[in-house]
Amino acid sequence: MTGWIFALLQTLCVVLFAPFMAGWVKWLKCKLQNRQGPPPWQPYRDLLRLSRKQVVLAESASPIFRVAPYIVFSVTVVAASIVPVFSVQIPTAALADVIVLVGFLALTRFFLSLAGMDVGTAFGGMGSSREVTISSLAEPALLMAFFTLAMNASSTNLSTVIAHLAQSHFVLYPSLIFSSMGFILVALAETGRIPIDNPATHLELTMIHEAMILEYSGRHLALMEWAAMLKLTLYAVLIANFIVPWGVAMTLEPGAIAFGVYSITCKLLVLGYFLAIAETAQAKMRLFRAPHFLGLAFILSLLGMMSHIVLEVR
Amino acid sequence: MDSNMSLTLAQSAIFVSFLSATVPLFFYRQPYLLVRISFLLLGLSGLASAWAGARALLTNQAEQIVLPIGLPWLHIFLRIDPLSGFFFFIVGFVTCTAACYGPTYIREHIGGPHPIGTLTLFTGLFVCGMLLVLLAADAFSFMIAWEIMSVASYFLVAYQHDKAENRSAAFLYLLMAVVGGAFILLAYGVLAAFSDSFSFASMATAQLSPTWATIAFLLAFIGFGMKAGIVPLHVWLPQAHPVAPSHISALMSGVMLKVAIYGFIRFVYDLLGVMHWQWGVLVLLIGAASAVLGVLYALMQHDLKRLLAYHSVENIGIIYIGLGISMIFHATGHMEVAALALIAALYHCLNHALFKSLLFFGAGAVLQQSHQHDMEKMGGLIKKMPVTAVCFLVGCISISALPPFNGFVSEWLTYQAALQGPILRSGILGAMLPVASAMLALTGALATACFVKVYGVVFLGLPRSPQVAEAQEASFGMQFAQVILALCCLIFGIFPTWTVSAINVIAENLIGTGLSKAAGDGWLWLTPIGKQTASYGALAILFGLLASWLIVYFFLHPLRRDNRIRIGPAWDCGFGPLTPRMQYTASSFAMPIRRIFSYVWFIDEKVEPGHHGKGPRYSLKIHDWAWLVIYVPIGKLILHLAKRASLLQGGNLRVYLSYSFFTLLFLLWVIV
Repeated sequence: MTGWIFALLQTLCVVLFAPFMAGWVKWLKCKLQNRQGPPPWQPYRDLLRLSRKQVVLAESASPIFRVAPYIVFSVTVVAASIVPVFSVQIPTAALADVIVLVGFLALTRFFLSLAGMDVGTAFGGMGSSREVTISSLAEPALLMAFFTLAMNASSTNLSTVIAHLAQSHFVLYPSLIFSSMGFILVALAETGRIPIDNPATHLELTMIHEAMILEYSGRHLALMEWAAMLKLTLYAVLIANFIVPWGVAMTLEPGAIAFGVYSITCKLLVLGYFLAIAETAQAKMRLFRAPHFLGLAFILSLLGMMSHIVLEVR
Repeated sequence: MDSNMSLTLAQSAIFVSFLSATVPLFFYRQPYLLVRISFLLLGLSGLASAWAGARALLTNQAEQIVLPIGLPWLHIFLRIDPLSGFFFFIVGFVTCTAACYGPTYIREHIGGPHPIGTLTLFTGLFVCGMLLVLLAADAFSFMIAWEIMSVASYFLVAYQHDKAENRSAAFLYLLMAVVGGAFILLAYGVLAAFSDSFSFASMATAQLSPTWATIAFLLAFIGFGMKAGIVPLHVWLPQAHPVAPSHISALMSGVMLKVAIYGFIRFVYDLLGVMHWQWGVLVLLIGAASAVLGVLYALMQHDLKRLLAYHSVENIGIIYIGLGISMIFHATGHMEVAALALIAALYHCLNHALFKSLLFFGAGAVLQQSHQHDMEKMGGLIKKMPVTAVCFLVGCISISALPPFNGFVSEWLTYQAALQGPILRSGILGAMLPVASAMLALTGALATACFVKVYGVVFLGLPRSPQVAEAQEASFGMQFAQVILALCCLIFGIFPTWTVSAINVIAENLIGTGLSKAAGDGWLWLTPIGKQTASYGALAILFGLLASWLIVYFFLHPLRRDNRIRIGPAWDCGFGPLTPRMQYTASSFAMPIRRIFSYVWFIDEKVEPGHHGKGPRYSLKIHDWAWLVIYVPIGKLILHLAKRASLLQGGNLRVYLSYSFFTLLFLLWVIV
């Protein structure tokens, strides 16, 4: 029972932390670009403001358009609840493994793209078309990277995988290096960051995510934005706990959990810093160069898996 | 209780379906009565066969009977065991829903140019043939039933024969069915040569040399593959499915392809008796190619039913991936993983039958209402046909393998089997499985893309043609069939443990080992290998989703504040009202994918400059490479040979008489 309560609290923390993560990256980016940025807690104000505003719905919108924000947000929350963040001792990880996690992310994307197609404007269709194209290339790479980790731990359960990584001796396995590189590239693409998509743009020729949610307003928009922030945080947590798993609590003791909270917060803030640097240092790619980027991610993940099978299986 | 109850039920189901075929003989002049009676009988037959199949599967008993009909030394052997029971259930269940769907769907054909009796006659024969294939326990009756199934479905494809494209599609289908049948006959011939009779029981005990076993395997693989529609033998599917009436498309795609899979499993696992890993590799590679190419070709289609037909190729590919993995593990002695992969493949057979029938029913309802085959002319149907739209959405989510629906469970099981690759301890094989799972992942992601396209273009947005704008909701029977199937998609998705335990019996019978721990942690948890390795609790996930939805809804929903939704026009960038032509079309939606994978298709894209006051014209045609590279040359070769052979046909009576004379002389010389 303690485990379930802890899992709920942990999910709540991640959901509440997500806007800060997005604001933190934005703030760092502004600082790096010599701009006066909004404070990191600005997203909380935005979400609050949006949730109070009236919803304006297009005449041609169908019920899909209205339920999509709720589905997208609640599926993302459930996806966040199965990821070990502070401690690996969460019972929810047994409900859904890493393949289900990928399935959840695909489910949110399915409804997000449908919502983009719903109103019948060119922008929405454009955004949906690009989103499904990019993610249909990214998803195999993501699964391959996850499979390499799963084969290493001989389990697809996220708790077991992270516990295995944290408890094993520090050895530079080639499989883990390749698949982490592939995973980072996929994470950039899937969370809609530069060089695939630009979260700050509203220029019609470059938008992907923003184009799909262009028709949203009020609390629906707030949910869509929050789900996107949550997805960013989720990927950041996964990168942190896969690549530098040390610090995550192995038990449910208060001291260990406190250290887990402290370590994951530090890791996320540092990751945000790296993301801000990467987004400042490079420009957005043309859409039709994205397949090369994702192809690289796929090859890296596949190399990781091959090197695991060929070199590391004893 | 009768000890042979399943078999008796199964036989009566076959008899009733035959009876439904004979109805037109009596009620030829009363088409409404004819349709009602024949579909009622078909539904009863479906119910009986679903019951018989479920009973045979759940009681885990094999029942058989020898019917003393046919040639004096060739009796008909009928047998129902868990494997055939499972497929019997699939056929029966889908037939039952088709019987609910059919009567109002074919009402528009009554009084049309084609007699309705033909349709009901061959529908009954078709179902009868499929059920008989599953029950047959000797090669002789199997082949007869198989040909009844093929020929009856040919007449169904050719039902609206006034259009040239329908005739050519039906001809191609018949041709490939006959060639495939010949391959299966040869495969049985090889087995029969090594055993003392045509019955499956004696064939299973035959001792084959590895070469002959491989020859028999290859013949069966091609023969059953031609009916199942693996790449490159798939070309008849995208032509035959769109032209058949929709409930027939659902039966052909959802069920008949499964009968071919049944034949393949029966032949390889039961009759051949030996297993080589090379066969598994072949099945795996062809399966992966079918899955990826099927979905890529589907993405480029804008005829709704043709698109669904290509998705059948994809799903058959996924089933073959599961079978290939199972065969590899079986041949290398890892029986438990082999059982897992076989269960995944069988589970996908069931799932594909459910969601593909659902999608074909939905497509049929859309076609009936809009009279459009072309997706580019649809749009906004969710407001006109809400029930169909919701059911179709469930089908889309299921076929895209998204949790918590049924398509996800079988792909999840396939992944779990593929992840056991390292226990093979062989570099090549170990690398083959991850690559296959990568192909499966790509297939799943592209299928999601494709069904976003389908649903977005057909049901969402604005109507693109006046007929679509006037569409109405389908009739009650058609809605009922879809709702039942949609509910089944959800039920088989959230209670996977029961299904896996039921299918487990088949794996125990065929492989000798089952999954001992699949439901080891209670019915809530699906743990195919062990709780530590992987677990999936679908019902709890669904519960979590609903709970978080409700919490978010009550937090955000303005119960007290006056914050109602305001309806306004969509953002048009200030350029005046939006028209339906400004929307993304199916072709434009798939354009980035077309550009990225451009080498997969033969793309014929032309822009003709405008003249004489007309605007420029754009045309896009996408052809199947398999058709251009393999079938067109074969067709040309046969035509060429036929021309040569036609020299014999001089038209002169004396020449013909001399042919008979010399043939007679030759035969006398041979015999004497």
